[in-house]
Amino acid sequence: MSVATAGRLESTAAAWSLPWLAQRLQRSLLHIAVIGLTLVWIIPTLGLLASSFRPAAQIITTGWWTALSPPLQFTIQNYQDMLNQSNMGTAIFNSFMVSIPSTVIPVTIAAFAAFAFAWMKFPFRDWIFLAFVGLLAVPLQLTFVPVLTFFVAHGIVPDNLTSIGLPPWVGLWLAHAGYGLPFSTYLLANFFRQLPSDLFESAEIDGAGTLTVFFRIVLPLSVPALASLIIFQFLWVWNDLLVALIYVGGSADVAPLTVNLANLTNSLGQGYELLTAAAFFSMVVPLAVFLSLQRYFVRGILAGSVKG
Amino acid sequence: MDFNVLLQDIPTLLLVIFGVPAVLVGYIVGAEFLVRRLPDKNRPQVRPWIWVGPALAMVAGILFIPAIATFVQSFQDNHGNFVGFQNYATQLGGFPSGGVWIAIRNSIIIWLVIYMILVLTFGLTMAVLFDRVQYETVVKSLIFMPMAISSVASGVIWKFMYWYQPVGAPQTGTLNAVVTFFHHDPVAWLQDQWPNGLAILNNLALITVATWGLTGFSMVILSAALKGIPGDLLEAARVDGAGEITIFRRVIFPLMMPTVVVVGTTLVIFAIKVFDVPYVMTNGNFNTDVLALRMYNLLYLSHNNAAAAAVAIVLLIAVVPVLIFNLRQFRAVEARR
Repeated sequence: MSVATAGRLESTAAAWSLPWLAQRLQRSLLHIAVIGLTLVWIIPTLGLLASSFRPAAQIITTGWWTALSPPLQFTIQNYQDMLNQSNMGTAIFNSFMVSIPSTVIPVTIAAFAAFAFAWMKFPFRDWIFLAFVGLLAVPLQLTFVPVLTFFVAHGIVPDNLTSIGLPPWVGLWLAHAGYGLPFSTYLLANFFRQLPSDLFESAEIDGAGTLTVFFRIVLPLSVPALASLIIFQFLWVWNDLLVALIYVGGSADVAPLTVNLANLTNSLGQGYELLTAAAFFSMVVPLAVFLSLQRYFVRGILAGSVKG
Repeated sequence: MDFNVLLQDIPTLLLVIFGVPAVLVGYIVGAEFLVRRLPDKNRPQVRPWIWVGPALAMVAGILFIPAIATFVQSFQDNHGNFVGFQNYATQLGGFPSGGVWIAIRNSIIIWLVIYMILVLTFGLTMAVLFDRVQYETVVKSLIFMPMAISSVASGVIWKFMYWYQPVGAPQTGTLNAVVTFFHHDPVAWLQDQWPNGLAILNNLALITVATWGLTGFSMVILSAALKGIPGDLLEAARVDGAGEITIFRRVIFPLMMPTVVVVGTTLVIFAIKVFDVPYVMTNGNFNTDVLALRMYNLLYLSHNNAAAAAVAIVLLIAVVPVLIFNLRQFRAVEARR
């Protein structure tokens, strides 16, 4: 697949010469490969999108591709039925209630810690940071039984939390916060460390306190890193199934979208037109976040994995 | 949808959106206020712990101590009596087809190796191909989009791709429509344990879903690394008469190797912990069990915490090489700082 340089293009100026033809052929093959791969990648989603707007009777008898040719018969009936018959409406509310604090808590606490790791001296600092790096790879599965046992023993379970007037998701927030902390701290500490130290020295000379330095200098300068991290953690929590199943899976009125969608998948034998609509309903928020903030999302992924 | 329920929940909503940040900021402001009351010489000793304390406490309480507790529990029965390696023996007995072995085979060979190869190959191919077209941004966004949606939703999307109807019935699943178009009998992708009950086909069907979901991730990172290769280098190779394939093999690939390794280690951690896709699509039936799903089922179906702890430790052992690699990598970077 050659993209020869401009210089070479000119040197083969004679139209319809053999190299010119070969190059045209290669260019076409390249475009076919690129567009072909992309098509293969979006067909599954397009298929489900088309299905979700088709009448239930047709979904069972014909494939989604027949809907794309006339007569066009699209309907929003599936979405109405889905909202009425399943508790996806409550579930999306729950997803927000789970995802917002599960993002705010670890990112804020990680920012405090990262500030200390980057700009303060204390005993065992480097060892503690190394432990955080090590914990990045530890499977969450290792923590489920003891944490759950602790939560149950201390009443941090949905029913009990509601009865004492707290939101039922507190246990899930704490779990997500703990699981998100090593990555958040690692990412932010690496970013904070790269801020120029002159800034801190001159702020100190001007008599600025630690709080002022943190809130007025460090945070404003770190907006790109914070934005990436917030989007990353929010999508991670929003899309998480396992942690939600473990800590609030038993109570349907507290469970987020993913848990409800998974239950719907496993229980619906016949009414699978509801499933098509429910799946898209669950994607609305992450897709909106992704499409509007793609730049930061990609930056976060690069910062998290490219070495150094 | 019952909107009244949502209206009743508005106080909770406000409490959550404003209360949680208020508590966090209140903590640091209050603690700093107290630190400033301390004598000058004590402040630098106390202050770091104020800032790093909450993170330390949470990581210790939610991750570190529970992990150690699980390790201890894996050597106990469900009543807390020490039983040595009995939990492991029960899980690892029945080689090669009983106990945890199907899950180990699927997690290590199918998910870790084949899945990683697929994601890296697709990611690298796309990074290289897309780099040469003007509409790169658009196609990259489309490939990357599955990253934003949940594995559960991906599972639903692909359930419809794999939908199976018996021979003769109209095939509404995309893949079986294609298969029957070529006069082949429809395939029950998720149930078919081809070849000879080894269950390669249905496991491949599952990793296809996850590959579809994560290729965007490897493509984006590899593409960034590709753009970091100096143009002069490729130019020089071209002037020397190297073909594009040679340039890829001898120049591009070696330079991208460190990034491929970094993406690979991330994929290992992801692959070994995979849960959502098998849970939604087969629930581990038809020999598609994986370690994380087996652990979940031991916990919730069998209520066998001790066995679940042993499986969790098997999971940990599988990621230890990556863990060590990450730590060494980190120290090497620190040393260069």
